[in-house]
Amino acid sequence: MKAFQFLLLAVLTVFLFYTVMDMPPRGDLDAPASQIVSPADSQVAGAYYIKYAYKDTHTPNMVCVVLADYRSVDTLGEVVVVFAGVMTCFFILRRRP
Amino acid sequence: MITQTQSPIIEIAARGLAPFIQLLGIYVFFHGHYGPGGGFQGGVLLAAGVLLLRMSMGSVHSQAHVSSKKTVALCALGAFIFAATGIIAILGGGEFMDYHYLPVPFLEGPDLRYYGILFVELGITMAVMTGLVAIYDDVLGIGHAGTN
Repeated sequence: MKAFQFLLLAVLTVFLFYTVMDMPPRGDLDAPASQIVSPADSQVAGAYYIKYAYKDTHTPNMVCVVLADYRSVDTLGEVVVVFAGVMTCFFILRRRP
Repeated sequence: MITQTQSPIIEIAARGLAPFIQLLGIYVFFHGHYGPGGGFQGGVLLAAGVLLLRMSMGSVHSQAHVSSKKTVALCALGAFIFAATGIIAILGGGEFMDYHYLPVPFLEGPDLRYYGILFVELGITMAVMTGLVAIYDDVLGIGHAGTN
């Protein structure tokens, strides 16, 4: 059984590295993620953010703009997750006087 | 100085250090617009200052800084500030979280979005800071009279 587990892990590792080798290098300008128009003829989000982040919000930090404005519903979900953790600790652990 | 715990060295050192940690937290919160930082990181630093006082002074004497009774309510208020900003934008005529439609006078367009982001980050900071303190209090069983 143990040998089978190691064999499975080895096969998955080979598969993983084979997949990673096909990825474009970091910062490659020819990669689809760096284009203005993707191969499927749609606008790429990253190019839009770089072009319009400062014009839209007058905020120099692009990451902040993406987190709190363009993707603010996702950040709301993160805050709700934090709040859910707090409520879980509250209901399970808090002692009543 | 009148000390309230057994070790005056630890207490005085922590009481001297905690305000600077929280000042750094406020700086990180406001610096989120211009560089690394933002609501989550600033909230964690603010909570670190409070937890340092909780650990060094004991839970009874540190209640004067942040009370255990108010932490969960303030965490809910922080999350509510975030959600309410989006809902007010809906009431102003836009879509959810579209800060351009917040009904604030003397501000328009990009500046309105700037302050919308700041307000949202304020909600995140409140929720994360008081949430971490609330989890610490719950794990240690702090929160009713007679515990230390």
